Amino acid sequence: MASLVEQAWAALESVTDPEIPVVSLRELGILRSIEAAGEGLEVVITPTYSGCPAMGQIEDDVAACLARAGIPARVLTRLAPAWTTDWMSPTARAKLHAYGIAPPHPVAPRAPAGAQAVPQVVHFMRTAPAPVACPRCGSSHTRETSRFGSTACKALYQCLDCREPFDYFKPY
Amino acid sequence: MNAPLEYLLHLADNAVVLGQRNAEWCGHGPILEEDIALSNVSLDHIGQARLLYQLAAARMGEGATEDRLAYFRDAAEFRNYTLLELPHHGPLVGYAVAERDYATTIVRNFLYAALMVLVWEALEQGSDPDLAAIAAKAVKETRYHLHHAADWVVRFGDGTDESHARAQAALDHLLPYTEEFWTPSPAETAAAACGAAPLLADLRSAWDAQVDATLAAATLRRPQEPAYVPEGKLGRHSEHLSYLLGEMQSLARAHPGAVW
Ligand SMILES: [Zn+2]
Repeated sequence: MASLVEQAWAALESVTDPEIPVVSLRELGILRSIEAAGEGLEVVITPTYSGCPAMGQIEDDVAACLARAGIPARVLTRLAPAWTTDWMSPTARAKLHAYGIAPPHPVAPRAPAGAQAVPQVVHFMRTAPAPVACPRCGSSHTRETSRFGSTACKALYQCLDCREPFDYFKPY
Repeated sequence: MNAPLEYLLHLADNAVVLGQRNAEWCGHGPILEEDIALSNVSLDHIGQARLLYQLAAARMGEGATEDRLAYFRDAAEFRNYTLLELPHHGPLVGYAVAERDYATTIVRNFLYAALMVLVWEALEQGSDPDLAAIAAKAVKETRYHLHHAADWVVRFGDGTDESHARAQAALDHLLPYTEEFWTPSPAETAAAACGAAPLLADLRSAWDAQVDATLAAATLRRPQEPAYVPEGKLGRHSEHLSYLLGEMQSLARAHPGAVW
């Protein structure tokens, strides 16, 4: 007999991101933890971007899913540690790719705190720092059309070989 | 140690006012990609403002809510930089009829994002854990804002004669307002004293380095700074803020407690 926590993880596997309905909240790293708390459970989610308009929907979806499964739970939103695209599972990346969204590169490492004697100056970038492969034909001959796309988490790209436009999930 | 409430409101008001200002481009962007970009940047700012207002309201207690803080305070109670409330055009244009100028929008976003990347990085290391958690998210978003704005400053400055002239005019108009960054308010001094926030004077050389590098790449000239120091963060605003708030707050005030 699976524990309530295990049942909750299993039930929530079916809850996907409202804007990318092929990846689950767990695979995206939005669903952080499920713990026993008194009679029920405490389910912790974390927002992606500060202004992500999907967060209200995500909280409702999680609560509704657990209610349907008959699992008493409270859904809590926690900011720290801050969500990062590095938390995305390999499965999530593969699913994004298959869905036509280029998955995020790893977040560039930053100088450790305290080592701020040399400030990092942002310079004009004619091209993206690392090539982004087209999710349709695989070509790395692509260009950034705009660093801001259809949702806060994506940039707009175009493949210069197959000519298709596509979304790139930005490292965050 | 927690940052003073007045300091949280300063950060939140900065974010909500610039978010509202930039949202004026929604549906009116010069090209579709920039319309979308500005809407995304606005969404980040409004999201940051919400987190900060929620934190301030939770600490205030007594029925305070994020909506009360955003929608039911008047202009003199707002603690944002004057720079952020200015309309999207130069100084000598009538408010109601002026066309928005994208160079003004971009130069302002650049000057502010260059500061806020440094401020959020410092707040992330500060003594207020809730504020540090917000800063850890906001800094990631603000780095994208800085890249976006800096790229356009270079394109405009090093572009056509027209785009260069407009970028230079925007810079001449807006850069003097950044003097406000460097004159500490009592709230900033208190936040720094308790270890929650940086002294902005300590960030100035890094900000100068970013501004000078981008302006050099853009072939723009940094104007001389005048003696006047705006005092928006003390609640003494330009005439433009009350118009902005009038639009932003009218719905919540006409229908208090409305939900949809
Ligand atoms: Zn392709």
